[in-house]
Amino acid sequence: MIPAQFDYLAPTTVEDALVALAEHGDDAKIIAGGQSLLPVLRMRLNAPEFVIDLGRIESLRGVTEDGDALVIGAMTTHSDVGTNPLVAEHAALITKAVEHLADAQVRHRGTFGGALAHADPAGDLGAPVLALDAEFVITGSGGERRVSAADFFEDFMTTAIGDDEILTSVRIPKHTGWGAHYEKFVRVAHQWPIVAVAATVRAEGGTIAEARIGLTNMGSTPLRATTVEQALVGQPATDEAVRRAAESAAEGTNPPSDLNGDADYRRHLATVLTRRAVLAAAGA
Amino acid sequence: MTVTEEPQMEIGRDRRRKEDQRLITGRTRWTDNITLPGMLHLAMVRSPFAHAKIVNIDTEEAKKAPNVVTVVTGKDLGEEQGSLPNAWPITPDQVTPPHPPVAIDRATFAGEIVAVVVARSAAEARDAAELVDVDYEELPAALDLKESAEDKVLAHPDLGTNKSALWVFDSADAGTGGNVDEAIAKAREDGIVIEREYRQQRLIPAFMEPRSTVVDPTGEQITMWSATQIPHILRFLLAAVLGVSESKVRVIAPDVGGGFGGKLQTTPEEFITMVLARRLGKPVKFTETRSESMMAAHHGRDQWQKLTLSAEKDGTVTGFKVELLADLGSHVSLVGGGVPVLGAFMFNAIYKFPAYHFQVQTVLTNKAWTDAYRGAGRPEATFGIERMMTELAAGLGVDPLEIREKNWIKHEEFPFTTVAGLEYDSGNYEAATALAKEHFGYDELRAEQQRRREAKDPVQLGIGVSTFTEMCGLAPSRVLGSLDYGAGGWEHATVRMLATGKVEVITGASAHGQGHETAFSQIVADRLGVPFEDVEVLHGDTQVAPKGLDTYGSRSLVVGGEALVRAADKVIEKARPIAAHLLEASADDLEFKAGRFGVRGTDQGMAMAEVALATFAAHNLPDGVEPSLDCDATYDPVNFNYPHGTHLCAMEVDTETGAVKMRKYTCVDDIGNVINPLIVAGQVHGGLVQGIAQALWEEAVYDDSGTLVSASFVDYLVPTAADTISFDVDHTTTPSLTNTLGTKGVGEAGTIASTPAVVNAVVDAIRQFGVNDVRMPCTPERVWKAINDGGGGDGGATTEAAAPHFDDSGDTAIADGAPE
Repeated sequence: MIPAQFDYLAPTTVEDALVALAEHGDDAKIIAGGQSLLPVLRMRLNAPEFVIDLGRIESLRGVTEDGDALVIGAMTTHSDVGTNPLVAEHAALITKAVEHLADAQVRHRGTFGGALAHADPAGDLGAPVLALDAEFVITGSGGERRVSAADFFEDFMTTAIGDDEILTSVRIPKHTGWGAHYEKFVRVAHQWPIVAVAATVRAEGGTIAEARIGLTNMGSTPLRATTVEQALVGQPATDEAVRRAAESAAEGTNPPSDLNGDADYRRHLATVLTRRAVLAAAGA
Repeated sequence: MTVTEEPQMEIGRDRRRKEDQRLITGRTRWTDNITLPGMLHLAMVRSPFAHAKIVNIDTEEAKKAPNVVTVVTGKDLGEEQGSLPNAWPITPDQVTPPHPPVAIDRATFAGEIVAVVVARSAAEARDAAELVDVDYEELPAALDLKESAEDKVLAHPDLGTNKSALWVFDSADAGTGGNVDEAIAKAREDGIVIEREYRQQRLIPAFMEPRSTVVDPTGEQITMWSATQIPHILRFLLAAVLGVSESKVRVIAPDVGGGFGGKLQTTPEEFITMVLARRLGKPVKFTETRSESMMAAHHGRDQWQKLTLSAEKDGTVTGFKVELLADLGSHVSLVGGGVPVLGAFMFNAIYKFPAYHFQVQTVLTNKAWTDAYRGAGRPEATFGIERMMTELAAGLGVDPLEIREKNWIKHEEFPFTTVAGLEYDSGNYEAATALAKEHFGYDELRAEQQRRREAKDPVQLGIGVSTFTEMCGLAPSRVLGSLDYGAGGWEHATVRMLATGKVEVITGASAHGQGHETAFSQIVADRLGVPFEDVEVLHGDTQVAPKGLDTYGSRSLVVGGEALVRAADKVIEKARPIAAHLLEASADDLEFKAGRFGVRGTDQGMAMAEVALATFAAHNLPDGVEPSLDCDATYDPVNFNYPHGTHLCAMEVDTETGAVKMRKYTCVDDIGNVINPLIVAGQVHGGLVQGIAQALWEEAVYDDSGTLVSASFVDYLVPTAADTISFDVDHTTTPSLTNTLGTKGVGEAGTIASTPAVVNAVVDAIRQFGVNDVRMPCTPERVWKAINDGGGGDGGATTEAAAPHFDDSGDTAIADGAPE
């Protein structure tokens, strides 16, 4: 498991990173936490000439508040996100998803932005940020631009980040007081989810006022279960009502078939897991 | 003189393992840590195709790469590389294809070596391997075991068949029982016949340390370090195959990071490293990657089992017929077809069957070759019979423990000769079962199961039973000879008394994680009355431990330990006349106790350490006595060794998703006397998890082009502590009668017993939906489909595709990622 030779660049500012990226273009790869890139390199599935490490850019780390939003630096580790009190208070769905993301070693190396930029539809962060209507801050030589989560995930492992751009932070609209649950279905603990459902719910006295539901590994990108979200509005947080609404969870999805289950089985799982996630999020 | 206190016995103490500090921290001599002056490195070029003609190999570009010394193909090596050995041709007419370490004309599985790059660094070798241009012409591949058995596509076209050997045991022919077909015919009239077909999926041993070999040809002797379980067998076969004098070859297995049977092999990589080191006259190293290990180190299991059990209406079994297809993979490897044959004697398990028939057809395919994997033949057999006894109980509507009790050998019936012709020396199935039931809370869990059924709870409970026995302690040499195995089954030990009173113990067993250094120290400490700390156990180097047959088949303690006991006892007898001489007493008046020769009826005596020093000095020895206390013993077991136990498992099945969750696992194993309870607990826990993993998680899956789909730990699901529960482990003790210490093997027991216990529990939970089997591994998808298809469905096949988490289809500039 020896990667092909590459040159290693470690800029300390976003500007320098962008310059390096502009200079080496197609021959370069950005490394954040390295939890996906290193296996790719070691298995020689790719052999970039340059690897640009964002690890020394301090400004890309940390969680801050900006009005109605939380801003999570792209290089903040999963572990730091998972234990951040602001995230727990205003975006509990992310805290819940990170809790079961991979294993402790990966959570200490892997980064929030890196995982989202990798855009594996089985990754645990896509569905929660999609459900929370996050905005992705992408920086290029011309400055910053913001892309909604709905537009960020374009296809399998493909995002709106341009060749000469870097994902620098993710803005999460505060969902203060919303209940949240990430229902992850795996065979062994360290596995990618076969299917997972991210649900966050604003309940008013036993009634669901608003619901946001993201689906993991149910298509080539993270998906929203919008039909279920709408069907839940005004419903009591009871098993029966939520079960009925969750029946359409797999609507419009196109899940993969692999060793862990075929597409039909995943569609079935989505309905069961959506019910469980919503009920748990609603505290029922 | 003071009265010596009775020292605490070492045997039975839960000593922490001596070897663990260095093994756990990794600060020790693993093969890959060895670096020699001028050492060269190898990288293998492997076939991506399951079956392909090698039309041409262009090595020119690779040879020009920086610091490449040479690139060789199978053609270049020719006869020099020899043919990898099969030590156990199970029938005289076994079809055994030649097995060159580097393929010459044809690649026969995806992963087979077709060329080798030698360079000054491992990275340069790897880089250059990418430049070797192989022109393949793809051939149809024999992949499916059943189809291959029908010779639809040939794995080796020139052989004309995929069928390697048909091995048969029939109790009527052997005179050990009746005619099974008659028993089945009679049961069809007035009894009950259970017929099932089970799949033993292919498994990957997945040892922690990938295989690694270093060869130094620069001395008078060629030295090979290898991450192997079998340094002695390897040395013998290197010499035999390559025509080097055995005396010129030294093999060292330094610390070895696990094996599970997966390092019970003489590998192409070892032969290639040896051949190239000799050719080049320089030290050479090869260390495989994890991907190579998954793809090309041998796999385990892989059988179809067609089973027919006949019984009277009262549940008394009258006959059992076993027809197996066993997938050898592309070649007949070291033990090869012998693995299923080891199961032939165990399908009858703990039961008194009057008639028995076993046959196995071994089959060549274009997949990685199979060989020993923890339990080797016995897990397959135990699964088959324990699933069938449960099905018989279900068919008759009685408790699965009741049907077992009706048919098992009662404890007063030992020694008992089975229908497979083995003599079981001891056992007490009643005691183990009673204790297990009590620990488990069997009746309470049955009551809860009933409540959940009645309430139509989405989570149903199932209870699985496995009352196993196994044959271990491989093996009486005469028995191996009668089965046409190419070697004996004895073991060797030496005890050396050093002048300082320390003891060096040399064993021919070759530990790779078992804890021999600790357990053997305990045995010798008690035997010679020396402190535990004063015993040093040496192993795994053919120059230090010149005789031995290595470690596998739960043999180290029951065979190697017995050799050790005998060598230690010889030391005492050798020391006795010297002690008598020095004490001026008659040897007959000496009593050896707690490390001291005492003169009966006096307080005079002499410690073993004093005798050792006096022997070393040799100033005052009796006439004609040599100045040495050192002794050897070679022990050939008279019988196998038969651990047994009762395993009870409760599984919860989420009927909405098919997810299964272990609720409780109790095992009561009878492994005779225990040397070190802590090591035994480790073996039992690890063994259980490995067997549970077969039931629930692990499977080596090939797609229809013959590519291994489960080729990394992303898709080959090895469990971690997070996936298991706390096991309830206890023992009954019926000492073995065939060795001095009364011990039985424990290395494989957990793995052999647990798989059917888990599957029986899963099936028990959902039998109410018309299900009578779930194919292993019992994935949630299979369980859910079995529930919803009803009608005896086993959940069937899964999609032979892996999740592409490391695909690199993403945008170049955004590579990183840190999903999981």
